[in-house]
Amino acid sequence: MRIKVNGEPRSVADGATVADVLTALGLPSTGVAVAVDGEVVRRADWSVSELDDGAAVEVLTAVQGG
Amino acid sequence: MSMEKPADDALVIGSLKIGSRLIMGTGGAANLAVLERALVASETELTTVAMRRVDAATGTGVLDLLRRLGIEILPNTAGCRTAAEAVLTARLAREALETDLVKLEVIADERTLLPDPIELLDAAEQLVADGFTVLPYTNDDPVLARKLEQAGCAAVMPLGSPIGTGLGIRNPHNIAMIVEAAGVPVVLDAGIGTASEAAQAMELGCDAVLLATAVTRAADPERMAHAMRLGVQAGRAARGAGRIPKRYWAQASSPDLPE
Repeated sequence: MRIKVNGEPRSVADGATVADVLTALGLPSTGVAVAVDGEVVRRADWSVSELDDGAAVEVLTAVQGG
Repeated sequence: MSMEKPADDALVIGSLKIGSRLIMGTGGAANLAVLERALVASETELTTVAMRRVDAATGTGVLDLLRRLGIEILPNTAGCRTAAEAVLTARLAREALETDLVKLEVIADERTLLPDPIELLDAAEQLVADGFTVLPYTNDDPVLARKLEQAGCAAVMPLGSPIGTGLGIRNPHNIAMIVEAAGVPVVLDAGIGTASEAAQAMELGCDAVLLATAVTRAADPERMAHAMRLGVQAGRAARGAGRIPKRYWAQASSPDLPE
């Protein structure tokens, strides 16, 4: 299925979870947070939260600023 | 007793208690080594970070640095233009950084970077209801500051002048009025250009100063961080000491000569 991660289109297996996407993209798992379709997905739910086709996934971390 | 600083002059914001009244931002530093030297020289205990999209190349360098230095992390919602964006960003920051603190910024436009008061108050109400310790970056407007406090914010952070301008405190009277009315800490946030302006903020009765650009983009960030620390301390001490009233005519400070 097709999803978007931080605005970029990606193909992932049907039933992929948030944790699967982070692993596949080589993203760090600490110091980051994930939102799917505008809702925060708690870290504890990453491995059980299955994505729907067309999901918009945002992965954020802290950077220098302010 | 030390004349430097009273023993217990801690800054208390919500459940946070810190010894330094200089809050730093991390934006604008040329690299992490420069930032580290500046943060150490500032003796800050609370420092902001922004939240941005991560990619495989993005490290967690700034977080690692702040944790190594033992500095409390204050995530901001910089770049957000609506209450909805700011609320989501704050929730992501809480999840990523495991803190309820948030520097709430809701900006009206890129040219001025001034806060949007309508969206700001809306976001503040939502975040307070969601259990956050909210530190809103606000206009130097005593009415808005009062409404943010009434909404349950843990501090109010009026600007001295627009972000990054170094124009200092353009409306000291408004800052003094905010201080006079506030029941929560007042943090002068944005516009500071040099140490005398940090001192002025404290002399006006602010409880702390938050700055970034003035240090990180100074020719020598480490020395300017040191200067800002001294400026904040000097202003705090002067406020506590009680300045003389201003007079129109001179008043001799030496005894009169005999007739």
